[in-house]
Amino acid sequence: MSVKSESIQSKKDSGQDERLKKISPLRVLLNRPELGALGGSILVFIFFGIVAGDTGMFSAYGTLNFLDVSANLGIIAIAAAMLMIGGEFDLSIGSMIGFAGICIAIPAIYWGWPLWTSIIFAFTMAVLIGYFNGIMVVKTGLPSFIVTLAMLFILRGATLAITRLITGRTQVPGLRVLIEDDPIAWLFATDTFQWLFTWLGSMKLIALRTDGSPLATGIPPSVIWFIALTLFATWILMKTRYGNWIFASGGDKVGATNVGVPVGRVKISLFIGTAVASTIFACIQVLDAGSADTMRGTLKELEAIAAAVVGGCLLTGGYGSAIGAALGAIIFGTVSMGIFYTDVDTDWFKVFLGAMMLIAVVFNNYIRKKVTETK
Amino acid sequence: MSEYLVQFNNISKFFGKVIALKDVTMKLKKGEIMCLLGDNGAGKSTLIKTLAGVHKPDEGEIIFEDQKIVFDSPRDALDIGIGTVYQDLALVSLMSVTRNFFMGREPQKGLLFFKTFDIEKANTIAAERMGQIGIDVRDPSQAVGTMSGGERQCLAISRAIYFGAKVLVLDEPTSALGVHQASMVLKYIVKAASQGLAVILITHNVHHAYPVGNSFTVLNRGKSMGTFQKKDISREKLLSMMAGGEELDKLEVELKEMDRIENN
Repeated sequence: MSVKSESIQSKKDSGQDERLKKISPLRVLLNRPELGALGGSILVFIFFGIVAGDTGMFSAYGTLNFLDVSANLGIIAIAAAMLMIGGEFDLSIGSMIGFAGICIAIPAIYWGWPLWTSIIFAFTMAVLIGYFNGIMVVKTGLPSFIVTLAMLFILRGATLAITRLITGRTQVPGLRVLIEDDPIAWLFATDTFQWLFTWLGSMKLIALRTDGSPLATGIPPSVIWFIALTLFATWILMKTRYGNWIFASGGDKVGATNVGVPVGRVKISLFIGTAVASTIFACIQVLDAGSADTMRGTLKELEAIAAAVVGGCLLTGGYGSAIGAALGAIIFGTVSMGIFYTDVDTDWFKVFLGAMMLIAVVFNNYIRKKVTETK
Repeated sequence: MSEYLVQFNNISKFFGKVIALKDVTMKLKKGEIMCLLGDNGAGKSTLIKTLAGVHKPDEGEIIFEDQKIVFDSPRDALDIGIGTVYQDLALVSLMSVTRNFFMGREPQKGLLFFKTFDIEKANTIAAERMGQIGIDVRDPSQAVGTMSGGERQCLAISRAIYFGAKVLVLDEPTSALGVHQASMVLKYIVKAASQGLAVILITHNVHHAYPVGNSFTVLNRGKSMGTFQKKDISREKLLSMMAGGEELDKLEVELKEMDRIENN
């Protein structure tokens, strides 16, 4: 009933023949899924600009710090967003991170594999696990929520059991020495634009250590991956046939199948995407810390989904954007780091995260109504 | 060359013990609109799915342009030119007009791994095609959800025609529509037929079927009650042939009887 009254209302508002109705730029903006996240991130930056503007949060070092946290979350959030647009969830992202970590560390430390082979091994495992998730969901028709929840437990359990079996403990340290001279590891472990920071340091434009080297040494690899993945995902969604298939598969599975979209293949590839993104996340963190931990990535799947939702993805699929998810990750990353620069107790971060998500869902729901029921 | 574009001869379909269709025959010429009428459960859906290649007929043959054809999948039916528009339309309301129009068959440009979905071309074609029906899509990137029911129906039909349908199978295209919207869709169907398409219009609404149809096939409990040219049959006769007609006559008699008893 509410739909009907709304449609009458909107016709009245437009005044004349509906075909003559001008679409305001605001309306066009409202139709973009990432609007909420964009507004949210602007608010977050204004807030911290006022509250923590003079604390060093926005110095080169501080900025890179919160960008690094945002970027790590962003890498998995973008993959989670693509999968959500395709109409499915992956709750095994966090466990996959832990599992990928030990897939890198155990062969490299205990079996003497060169680091690059163990990295390739981890990615191979990711593709297989993602494929398994996808094929289970597509073939059985079970909700992905259940299938990947099972995978969450299986992977986390296997990570812990295998690690303890082989190493007798839950952490595998000692990777740092292997990074140097490795043909692949630098992809996940090198700060870029170091010359720029050295130069900025020599010009006394950024903070220096006591030995004269800059405090911030370069752009962390997570940020580069994050930017690259955001651009790549956006290109796929907006500019390719496969992107159209992702929207169609999530929007209406039956309809898409009827017009010839290979829905099953699309969904399987998206599950592989989340598993691979988790492994990229794992590579960066494991090589940065120099050790793998069986508990690494715990609850990350929920943060990724939260970032995707704040970024405008609908839980029902068929709508959302990669840029939105990226902005969602930036909001969470900025707040989780920024809160240290304020007087607020950091315990409040989770409260913020939850509240933010609720607001986003209510807002997105309203937007979806606007998008589809304007006549 | 026979005068018929497509012929469905003695089609039967069984599901276990259930006889869903028995000896149904339909023949269509180019430019003809045949209305397939029947009450709920008459076998209309099964017949459509058989035409669309979803079910294989257990008996009978399909002859298209003088060649006997066996469909292994809905894709086969699409490829030879039988375009089916189902009741759910296969439209995604959150996606744009253009993205829906080309869903599954997006035009591409570029090379190898850098092939992109040619949105500009797609937008132009979609707007042009919708314009031909008289639907002015101000912006082909607007969501389909913003269109009216009739416009969506027309979009789905227009899409089937654009992708090469010679026989158009329409499943209840007017059932969910108001009078104005329904007449818009019917007008478009007549226009499509006048351009040489054969149209099978499935409906249980005689009032929508009668003005546009050239011939009428009535299904009842899985069997064809025959095909009638428009000049040979009246609207009332058609109505009563669909099981509902006789039932309604009976109901009327019964009600009168009840009235008489109460009045006494």
